[in-house]
Amino acid sequence: MQTLASAFGTLESDADFFTLRVVDEEAACYAVRKDVPQPPSFLSDRGAMLTAYAGRGCGYAATSDLCPGSLQAALDRATAWARATAERSLIDFRAMPRPAPRGSYASPEPQMPARSQQEWYRLLGEESRAAGCDPRIVDWEATVETRQGEHRLLTSTGGDIVQRYRFVMPGISVTAHAAGDTQTRTLNGYRGLAQQGGESMLERFAFVGSGRRVAQEALELLLAPNCPSGVTDVLLMPDQVILQIHESIGHPLELDRILGDERNFAGTSFVTTDMFGTYRYGSELLNVTFDPTIPEELASYAFDDEGTPARKVYLIRNGILERPLGGALSQARARLPGTANARADNWNRPPIDRMGNINLEPGDATLEELIAGIERGVLMSTNSSWSIDDSRNKFQFGCEWGRLIENGKLGSVVKNPNYRGISANFWRSLQRVGNASTMQVLGTPYCGKGEPSQVIRVGHAAPACVFADVDVFGGEA
Amino acid sequence: MAPSTMENYFGELAALLDRSLAGAEIYNARLDAERSDFVRLNRAQVRQPGTVTQIYLRLHLIDGRRHAEESLTVSGELSRDREAVLAALARLRATLASLPDDPYLAYATEVRSSRSVRSEALPPAEQIVDVLLDAAAGLDLVGLYAGGPVYRGFANSLGQRNWHEVATFSLQWSLYHRADKAVKSVYGGFEWDASALRARMAEARERLALLARPARSLEPGRYRAYLTPSAMEEIAGMLCWGGFSGRALQTRQSCLFRLNEGSAELDPSIGFSEKTVEGIAPAFQDEGFTRPPEVSLVADGRMVGSLVSPRTAREFALAQNGANASEAPESLEMRGGELRGDDALELLDRGLYIGNLWYLNFSDRPACRLTGMTRFASFWVEGGKIVAPVDVMRFDDSVFRLLGRELVGLTAERELLVSSDTYRQRSVASMKLPGAVVREMAFTL
Repeated sequence: MQTLASAFGTLESDADFFTLRVVDEEAACYAVRKDVPQPPSFLSDRGAMLTAYAGRGCGYAATSDLCPGSLQAALDRATAWARATAERSLIDFRAMPRPAPRGSYASPEPQMPARSQQEWYRLLGEESRAAGCDPRIVDWEATVETRQGEHRLLTSTGGDIVQRYRFVMPGISVTAHAAGDTQTRTLNGYRGLAQQGGESMLERFAFVGSGRRVAQEALELLLAPNCPSGVTDVLLMPDQVILQIHESIGHPLELDRILGDERNFAGTSFVTTDMFGTYRYGSELLNVTFDPTIPEELASYAFDDEGTPARKVYLIRNGILERPLGGALSQARARLPGTANARADNWNRPPIDRMGNINLEPGDATLEELIAGIERGVLMSTNSSWSIDDSRNKFQFGCEWGRLIENGKLGSVVKNPNYRGISANFWRSLQRVGNASTMQVLGTPYCGKGEPSQVIRVGHAAPACVFADVDVFGGEA
Repeated sequence: MAPSTMENYFGELAALLDRSLAGAEIYNARLDAERSDFVRLNRAQVRQPGTVTQIYLRLHLIDGRRHAEESLTVSGELSRDREAVLAALARLRATLASLPDDPYLAYATEVRSSRSVRSEALPPAEQIVDVLLDAAAGLDLVGLYAGGPVYRGFANSLGQRNWHEVATFSLQWSLYHRADKAVKSVYGGFEWDASALRARMAEARERLALLARPARSLEPGRYRAYLTPSAMEEIAGMLCWGGFSGRALQTRQSCLFRLNEGSAELDPSIGFSEKTVEGIAPAFQDEGFTRPPEVSLVADGRMVGSLVSPRTAREFALAQNGANASEAPESLEMRGGELRGDDALELLDRGLYIGNLWYLNFSDRPACRLTGMTRFASFWVEGGKIVAPVDVMRFDDSVFRLLGRELVGLTAERELLVSSDTYRQRSVASMKLPGAVVREMAFTL
């Protein structure tokens, strides 16, 4: 990376402003499926993006060739793009920020020793053996992806940011089949456990022993009836609340969607620029933050990929919409305050407005109190299906696991619990929010968006939540 | 056609690997590269223009029955990549020492080299974008241009060499009337023709005028519907999510396992096949096995085949048929029917014309029940004529119903839909699909 900094210093350009963003990541994937160790796969992904402002225009060029000559060629191409499109540019880049940020960031536990390949296979093998405990279990797998990387941003105005990341993403998936039905149960969903830092997260999520636990729940689902249909209260556990936040708060608040950039692909938003400051998004209990400061959360960082310093801000406070998810460019376009969320998923894609860590702040109830407060309802856990319209309003979500709640007590297990609603109404039916004891720091490494498309890591921390009068239903009879 | 710089580079790289093996080691090498121009557009102006040059090498080292792989970015200049490639080889060699034998290891042992190059020169991206934006004068256009050469290569230590090179372009754009009312268009292929683009823009303008009519909001219920090939692409895309996978069928995780076992059925007119011979994806897979021209998956409404990777073949004692590990179709074809496309609206008579579907997912996978939204140009039709755009509606219904007892008919004409997927790299997948008229489709929200 030091060599690259030297190379950056030698680049020549008549652009008004230019940046070099380098991403260097390494990953290892291990899996044991049906007690058979799968061959390991490794990734070494390194490349650079040059971005140039020239007149009204801005262009980029990315390359996996990091020699000085190729970096210079990429800068020349980026500058040529800026000039060629200046007259047709949607944004007048002469008025856009030209930051010179300096600083660094590191994931927690940077010194914590990493497990060896043999140790991973031993751990995953034990969970696999525990999971394959019944002839009705037809497929099962224990997996992990470990990843570390360094992201660097250099600007022609003297900016220099280095951010070092480390991630651990373990998973368990068990599929049971009998009598014409198949049910799959996972540990918090596909790659639903993903955090920054070292392997201490395995203890936080009780990964050891989860193979047997997940398998037993898959077998329970196989014997369970379908979730009943009707309008009822719903208790969403954190691993479903995060999906609800992601799809019906995170995406609709992305300022580039609101500004129309995503209308050809990911979609638009039912939120408009005039709603900020006054619109009632949810009940008074709804407090949602953009919070890049929780060390283990997946999208914590000190600067976004355009160099804007990141800090915690409220997006929704006491149910009222306060600010969108928009980076410096979008803020200037919309003349609204925003967040440090201009992010690229890799060196070969440009920054756009993305979620970072979008969290629902805790309330005051224990899980027992949440359950006790429900006369008739359904507890739902672990997302398995997600679908929402291109304005992020009409949604339908499904979960792996359901339990009936009757007279304030947990009842029998039900399979295929689904619910549907409309974002603009749903959050207003938020009736009770769990306290910190119900919170989980989760996220997903697979949030898709953009043209060209990008899949990025986002974090969500959430408590369990109760929603009133929700339209729920199960699978086919 | 003379080998491109990239093809020569891959040949040199393979030669380096040939010289660098130890003992009885075997390697498979896969190259995925592209030089892509991407121009993002909004409000009929340029939002983000750029160029991406990326080369990924996937190196798979085998020693006996132990194996591992590493993907790495390379520069395309062997003198600079030599050290990194040899270091990756050394890392894999060290990894293998501590691995157990893999009972399901499979790799190509018959040498079947091939070369497919289709690389007509395209105009500069700047020029293409100018033509598009000029044609869209006065309109609220948002979209993406993606174009340039895509390279896929395979080499192994047995001497097999496969090369697949295509230069394609893709323009996808939406013309917005207001809010979420828009017409989406696609124009792409191998040979650029400005007049063809202008013709598509003229069609889109005409359709946009229909969106100016007052929109109709439908109550939840069951409606007769015509699904265009673009809407069918979303449904077929869900079937491709493990539906045709040999491994998913064996483990009953496929949404089509009940069809496979005979407890569910589709209309006898339904047929699907993986038709590599007519697609734009390479005719070889990651471990070097060649793909047959066509693999029949569903015929006469019954499941007759699946996509089987070499690894699945070993695990379940099946015959592999050139599938990659995902066992997802890359060149899916659906059989056409007997309806004339021009007659589809007349046959629909009264109901929904669904131009596009969006964001589908399973609401009950074993029942092949899907949910999703209507999107873009979808209309209410009466007397076989479009009368009003409709506000977006959510459907929730089973493919076994929609393409089973509720199917009225499929159009004879089929549309080649080239994948617009640009996640990580530009896709070379495609589908060829008809439109479908269905008697009843369940809408819930």
